Amino acid sequence: MKFKTFAAFVGPSIFLMLLFIAFPLISVFWQSFNVTQPLYEQIEVENCTPGFLTQTCETEIQTRPMLDENGDIITRTDFVGLQSYRNVLEMERFWTAVKDWSWSGIQSIDFWKALRFTLMFTLVTLPLVVGFGLAIALVINNAAKMIRGPVIFLSLLPFIITPVIGALSINWLFRGDGILTALLEWWLARDLALFAQAWTIELMMMFYRVWHVAPFAAIIFYAGLQTVNQDSLESAVIDGANRWQRLRLIIVPHLMPLIIFVAMIHLMDTYRVFEEVVGFRSQGYVISLQWLTYDFLTPNEAGIRSISRASASAMLTMIGIAILLVPLLKRTWRDHKGTH
Amino acid sequence: MTAKALRQPAPLRILSNTFLAFWCLIAAFPIFWITVMSFKSPVDAFDSNPLNVIFGPATRADGSGWSVVDIVLGLAVVYFTARLSARHLPRLVERYSPKGWTVLGWIVAALLVGVGFVVVFFGALPVVTGVLNPLLGPLGRDVIGATTEHYQTVWVDRGFSNNFKNSLIVTAGVVTVSLTVGTLAGYGLARSGSTLAFWILIIALIFRSLPHSVLVAGYLPVFINSAEWLSPILGENAPTLYGKPAAVIAVLVAINQPFTIWMLRSFFSNIPADLDEAARVDGCSHFKAFRLVIMPVMWPGVITTGLFSFLLAYNDFLVTSLLLDASNQTMVPAIAGMFNRETTTTDQVVAVAAAVSITAPLFLLVMVFQRQIVSGLTAGAVKG
Repeated sequence: MKFKTFAAFVGPSIFLMLLFIAFPLISVFWQSFNVTQPLYEQIEVENCTPGFLTQTCETEIQTRPMLDENGDIITRTDFVGLQSYRNVLEMERFWTAVKDWSWSGIQSIDFWKALRFTLMFTLVTLPLVVGFGLAIALVINNAAKMIRGPVIFLSLLPFIITPVIGALSINWLFRGDGILTALLEWWLARDLALFAQAWTIELMMMFYRVWHVAPFAAIIFYAGLQTVNQDSLESAVIDGANRWQRLRLIIVPHLMPLIIFVAMIHLMDTYRVFEEVVGFRSQGYVISLQWLTYDFLTPNEAGIRSISRASASAMLTMIGIAILLVPLLKRTWRDHKGTH
Repeated sequence: MTAKALRQPAPLRILSNTFLAFWCLIAAFPIFWITVMSFKSPVDAFDSNPLNVIFGPATRADGSGWSVVDIVLGLAVVYFTARLSARHLPRLVERYSPKGWTVLGWIVAALLVGVGFVVVFFGALPVVTGVLNPLLGPLGRDVIGATTEHYQTVWVDRGFSNNFKNSLIVTAGVVTVSLTVGTLAGYGLARSGSTLAFWILIIALIFRSLPHSVLVAGYLPVFINSAEWLSPILGENAPTLYGKPAAVIAVLVAINQPFTIWMLRSFFSNIPADLDEAARVDGCSHFKAFRLVIMPVMWPGVITTGLFSFLLAYNDFLVTSLLLDASNQTMVPAIAGMFNRETTTTDQVVAVAAAVSITAPLFLLVMVFQRQIVSGLTAGAVKG
C-alpha cells in the first residue's frame, strides 16, 4: 500500500487522536505549571444608611474581580513552577507525619489517601478477579452444553452494566437496612453500620469490582479452555496425574498468556478506579486518584474550578500509568519482532 | 482413551454445579433485586424482610398490585418480545434492510421493538387487565403489591425522557462517527504492515491507558473559553464548546478510537488479503476495492466493535458529567445528581426506578447480541 493511500485511510483517525488526546496531554502538562486567575482590584465603597437628621456613612474596602469593557472578568496567567504540585502533594505535612510515625497524619492528606486506596484496591482485586474468573470458566466448561448459553448470558450482565449503576445496585443492597445488611446482621447477631467507616466501604467496593470484572476474565478463559490440547490431557491421565496436577501443569500453563492479558487490562482499569467512589458516595471516607482530579475539576462553592491543581494531580496519576505500561509495551514489541 | 477415565466423580460434579448455581445467583441478584424494588412503595422497597420486598404488602394495601391475570399476561408479553427479538428479528432485518445498510436496519428494528414493547406493556395491557380482572373473581384479585408510579415520576415529572433523548443523541453520534473513522483506519493498518503502522498502534495503546480525567482536565479550560479563541476564525457566532453534545461526541469518539482501531484491525487481518488483491488486479483503486469487496464482508466485525463503542458512550459518567451542563445532561450523570439530592425514601425508590430504566436497554442488548459480545471479547484477547 502506498503511503498516500495509507495516510488517506488512517488520516481521520490520527487527526482525531492528535486533536483530542495528544493535544489535551500537552495542554495539561502546560497547565500544571501555570495558574490562571481573575485579576482583583480593591475599591473604596461608601455605604450610607439613612438615619435621623443625618445619614450615617461608612467607607469600606472591597475586593472584586476586574472587568473589561465588555463586562467580562479579566484573567491573568502566571508561571508558578512546581507550586501546583506542592499544593497537591503537601510534602511538608507528609514529612512531618512520616517523622511522627503518624499513619493517620499521612491519611489526612488527600493525595496520599487517594494513592493508598488506589494501590491497595488494584493489588487486592487482581488475584481475586483472576482466581474467580478461572473458577467460573472451569465450572462453565464443566457444565452441560445446554445450560452454557443461559449461564453466559447471566454472567455478561454484571460486566455490561453501567459502572455507576452497578455500584449503586450493590450500594442499595447494603444501604441502611438493605437486604444484605439485614442478612449479615442476622447471621452475626449484631448491629452493623457498613457506611460509617472506611474499611467496610472499601470491602464493598472491592466486592463490586470483582463482581463486575470476573465475568470478563471468565469468558476469556473459557474461550482459552476450548483450545486446550486434549492429547496432552490424556497422556497426563495415562502418566497418572490427578485432576489438580492436570489443572496446574497443563491447563494453567496453556492459559498463561490469557491470564497475563487479563491481569494487565485489569491493572490498567483498576488504577483508574472512579465510578465506585460516585456509586458508593464514599468521598467522605475513601477517594481514588482519578476521583481527586475529578473533584478539582468540578466547580467548588464559589464556582471556581482549580484547573492547575487538577492538571498537577493528573500528571502525578500518569506516573503510575507509565510504570504499568512498560511490561505491556515490552510484550507488544516482542510480538512485533517475532512476527517480522 | 475412553471417556470413562476422564469422567468426574459425583462429588466433584456436584461441587462444580453448586458453584455454578451460586455464581449465577450472585451475577443476577443485584440487578433482579433493584428491579423488584423499583415496583414497590418505599416502605416495602427498603423492608429488611425479603419476603415483604417481593410481595409488597404495604404497596398492596395502597391499592396497587398485580393479580394472577396481570402476571400471566405480563410474562406472556415479555416472553413473546424476547422470542421475537431472539428468533425472528435477525431474519426480518436481513430480509427488509437494503443491502449494505444492515446496521441501520438493526437500529430501526431495535427502536421499533422498544417502542412496541412500551406501548403494549404500559399502554394496552392495563386496559385489557382492567376489563378482565373484575370478571375473573379470585384470579383477578391482587396477589403481589406493585406499582409503576416511580417510573411515571422519573420519566414524566423529573424529565428523564429529556436525559434519555440526550443519551440517544450522544451514543448514536459516537457509534456512527467512531465506526466510520475507525473502519477506514483499521483497514489501512491491517493491510499496511509498515513500521509506521506498528508505531501508530503502539501510541494508540498508550492513549488507551490514559485516565479520562487527565484528558478532561485538558479540554475543560479550552472548551469553556472556546468562544474567545475561535472568534478570529469563525467571527461573531463562535460557539462555546462547553455543554455542546457535538463536542462531547467528538471527545468520546477520540477516546474510543484506540480501542476501535485495534479491534477492527484484528477483524480485517482475518479477512484474506487475496480478496482485495484480486479486485486490485481487476483494476480497482484501494478505495474502490474497499467499497466493493471488503464492505460486504466486514459487518460482523463492525457490529461487534459498534456494540463496544455503544457501551463506552452509554456508560460514560466522567466525561459527560464534566463537559455537559444541566440542560443537556445524559442519563447516567443525571441519576447521580438524583441520588445525591435524595432526602426521603421515596426519592431513593425513584432513583432505583431510574437505574432500572438505564439498565433495561443493556439487558436487551445482551439478549440480542450475546454471541457478538462474546466473540468481541475473545477476539481482542486471542490477538493480544
